[in-house]
Amino acid sequence: MIYRLARFIDTRTGQAPLVKKLLRYVFPDHWSFLLGEIALYCFVVLVGTGIYLTFFFDPSMQHVIYNGPYTPLRGQQVSEAYRSVLDISFRYKAGLLIRQTHHWAADVFLVAITLHMLRVFFTGAFRKPREITYYAGVLMLALAMFEGFAGYSLGDDLLSGMGLVIAYSVVLSIPFVGGNLALLIWHGPFPGTTEFFSRLYIAHVLLVPVAIGALLGIHLITIAVTHHSQFRGPRAREDNVVGVPMWPGYLFRTLGLALSVTAVLFLLGGLVQINPVWEWGPFHPELSTNGAQPDWYLGWLIGALRLMPGWEPHIGHYTLIPNAFWGGAFFPLLVFGFLLAWPLLERRFTRDHGYHHLLDRPRDAPWRTAIGVGFFTWVGMIFFAGSSDRVFVEMHIDYESQIHVYQVLVFVVPFVAGWLAKRVCEQLRRSDAHPLRGAGGGLVRRTPTGGFEAVSDSTTTRTPEPTGRR
Amino acid sequence: MRRLALLALVLALPATAAAEPNGRQLFVDGCASCHGFDARGVPGVGPDLHGAGAAAADFYLSTGRMPLDVATGEQPLRGRPAYPPDEIRALVRYVGSLGGPKIPQVQPKRGDLSEGQHAFASYCAGCHQILGQGGVVTGAVPPALTETSPTQLAEAVRVGPYLMPAFDERQIDRRTLDSIALYVQEVVQDPPDRGGWPIGHIGPIPEGMVAWLLAGGVLLLVARVIGERMQR
Amino acid sequence: MIRGAPKLLPRHRAPRRAELAVFWALLLAAAAAAGFIAVYALGADTQWLGLLLGSAFALLAFGAVVTAKALVPPEQKEEQRHSLDHDRDDLDIAVYVQEADEGITRSRLLKSAAGVAGLTVAGALLVPIASCGPFLDVAQLRRMAWSRGRRLVDDADRPLRAEDIAVGAMVPAFAEGVDRKRLDASLIVVRLDEDDLHLPDKRSGWAPSGILAFSKICTHAGCAVSMFRYPLFSPKVPKPALVCPCHYSTFDPARGGEVIFGPAGRPLPQLPVAIDERGELRAGGRMSGPVGPSWWGVQEG
Repeated sequence: MIYRLARFIDTRTGQAPLVKKLLRYVFPDHWSFLLGEIALYCFVVLVGTGIYLTFFFDPSMQHVIYNGPYTPLRGQQVSEAYRSVLDISFRYKAGLLIRQTHHWAADVFLVAITLHMLRVFFTGAFRKPREITYYAGVLMLALAMFEGFAGYSLGDDLLSGMGLVIAYSVVLSIPFVGGNLALLIWHGPFPGTTEFFSRLYIAHVLLVPVAIGALLGIHLITIAVTHHSQFRGPRAREDNVVGVPMWPGYLFRTLGLALSVTAVLFLLGGLVQINPVWEWGPFHPELSTNGAQPDWYLGWLIGALRLMPGWEPHIGHYTLIPNAFWGGAFFPLLVFGFLLAWPLLERRFTRDHGYHHLLDRPRDAPWRTAIGVGFFTWVGMIFFAGSSDRVFVEMHIDYESQIHVYQVLVFVVPFVAGWLAKRVCEQLRRSDAHPLRGAGGGLVRRTPTGGFEAVSDSTTTRTPEPTGRR
Repeated sequence: MRRLALLALVLALPATAAAEPNGRQLFVDGCASCHGFDARGVPGVGPDLHGAGAAAADFYLSTGRMPLDVATGEQPLRGRPAYPPDEIRALVRYVGSLGGPKIPQVQPKRGDLSEGQHAFASYCAGCHQILGQGGVVTGAVPPALTETSPTQLAEAVRVGPYLMPAFDERQIDRRTLDSIALYVQEVVQDPPDRGGWPIGHIGPIPEGMVAWLLAGGVLLLVARVIGERMQR
Repeated sequence: MIRGAPKLLPRHRAPRRAELAVFWALLLAAAAAAGFIAVYALGADTQWLGLLLGSAFALLAFGAVVTAKALVPPEQKEEQRHSLDHDRDDLDIAVYVQEADEGITRSRLLKSAAGVAGLTVAGALLVPIASCGPFLDVAQLRRMAWSRGRRLVDDADRPLRAEDIAVGAMVPAFAEGVDRKRLDASLIVVRLDEDDLHLPDKRSGWAPSGILAFSKICTHAGCAVSMFRYPLFSPKVPKPALVCPCHYSTFDPARGGEVIFGPAGRPLPQLPVAIDERGELRAGGRMSGPVGPSWWGVQEG
């Protein structure tokens, strides 16, 4: 029984006091605090399914004549890597399920990280003492994007191969050292040699997962030692933590979340097709397909690459800034630079160096909300510009016109959106309304003389809530 | 009795004449306003059809691209054919009589699927997308090939309608054309979607939408159920 | 009940409906998982595998959430935050660490030497990364598969013949005898009406019979320029163009590959075409410019 287990472990490690503390550790339980956990559980599924895939994948550019179950490719020259992905999809039982679950987990991982990051930004959760947690998070976002790109590029299919040549071009475009760097990474001019694939593979299965794991550890430990932040509430203040203890409440909640994430990913993995590489065919540098796109979390980059006008300043025989640099390298540097610099900038401008354990509602920090809305609108518009060719197909709005319109709007709309956001914040603060449900209304009381008076603070007249429920 | 028989004969005559559509008459009624009464074209409106051939005429008419539906813009798009098959045949015969390529013979069953995949990837995928879902070129929308018949496919390949380049037999021989038609039939029009719901066959855009709207939506809901709302 | 230990959680009676709900959810989850095992053994259809495994987890999730919300005692706990600020300890740490330094007279010298040693040793450890690729040999980025006389071949390695290329055709081509994977090997050959050509004066002989050859690799980001738009009827509007499907860089073949739309910063390199005595296409010289996406050392002309 549990007592005997606890006795065994404690007498060998002496950690019973710590375990007691852990079991009673308090978690503030607002639903938006679960977004990071959704990302965490996606990562767990990624590692599990990923390990399984490594038992079958062959990271080799060696060419072979395909002779497997998929008839439209029989007799064609493909790489061993591509052949092994087809075998995973068609030859091995549950191979396609695990492969698709892995890919869906990557897409959803980034959805969760994005939502989580937005929540953290707009509630000011990055403020002291949580800067380390925040930096670890931003780095994990960058690593996750790279990791996903590396993962789907390993398949060496037509779509991902096109993505790799674009990545090569972006590396090439780095001023001064781009050419040298590209030759170093690819082991020669594109498409490089099989060593490039070995590197991509080891980065994807070992180096980056370990890096993410280490950052995750730092992220979780710093959250644990600072205790999670919380929204202001009837009992929640700067100097305490109010919420659900680890045992039993929080453990079962988080277990439920983990199981739900796994359920969604396996359901998608079996029922909704993703990255059907057999349908794309193998990659050859002289081939390309219309409608090629990177996975969604790199859509902001393809938008930027498509929107840039064809400037390529050069001096004599040297090209100062090859065009692909702007959209492929400069733009992401700007975005991540903003994300990393923001806590510092905010501290400087607000001159607020104090501890903050209580979170802001977005309306409580109108400048941060306005700048954030403006900035993310900018990135978002560039992201949507990247799929304007599909808009052309579906809605017959001329592609070139869309690009020209976006090139202007991308600098106008963010300011409008930011300004609007600031106005909304100020209005919401004045009226204390719910952003979606509107004003809650107030309580009025009839005075003895026959008039009406408003009850100033509606919370004081509410009946006390039962524990744990709204 | 004889008068009745004569009456019947006279009444039957127009009916038998109508059973054989007059291509030239149909052309004058339906096409001449843009292509000219002599089919020599109207400058700035419609091109000269001498030399276009039965292949082009059959392609444009049987896919409903002609008569042009100006509401959809400049590019002729697939739609419901404006004429029934026998009238199309008559029109095709008429335009064909003005010179130009005949309707090409294509037999997908004689093709090789793998050769077709490779040829499609080399010649067609750039515009029509590797799975024939259609795409974009600056100035036009190369259409999806999900509804084309093998003959219409062959006609388009040989004619090069609207902004499409033309591929004649010296470039894509009959055997390769058969293979491409087989690929379109077997893969484009019956895609091997072993992974489940194919969400459009165009890759990451619908995949991202599913990740956000389906997975994201469901998991946000789950988070709302598990977590608490803000307490005021 | 364990005697002697304090009772920490509030009294709670789990609703019977919730208990039964969890029970059935767990049982159904087991059934779904068993179904998964069975389907795996009998053919392993991906959709059924996903549906069954996903459902098993969904049912388990349901059980866990109902347990959390209804079965176990609900509790909102309040706890004091500890100070994260231990200035006294921070000072002690700083003093203690620096104490070790007190007896060393040449402290700063040693620290500088340690810095130099550390950097150089770290540098030494990093240097073998240079073996990863010929990073100093940027000439490799300028290598050219094409020189005067090299034959153009099609996908099946057959020589291209001028008479086989119709006006308005698009022909993918390669350098004979060169590894096809090289970016500088692939070409896109098109043919326009000679009257429609407006090549620069230096290239007046580069397109015999209107046959034009360009590098197939886009100068923007390296994708294959695999689209050729060519109007069937005159007037040729929009004008014939080579278009790249990645970011829609549009090049004008009649003007020698000039960029007319899109993010490409350099024109598409043009290869002069010569027709030999057998009517086969050969390169008439070198490309008009460097092949592939631009980089620092890329040179025009």
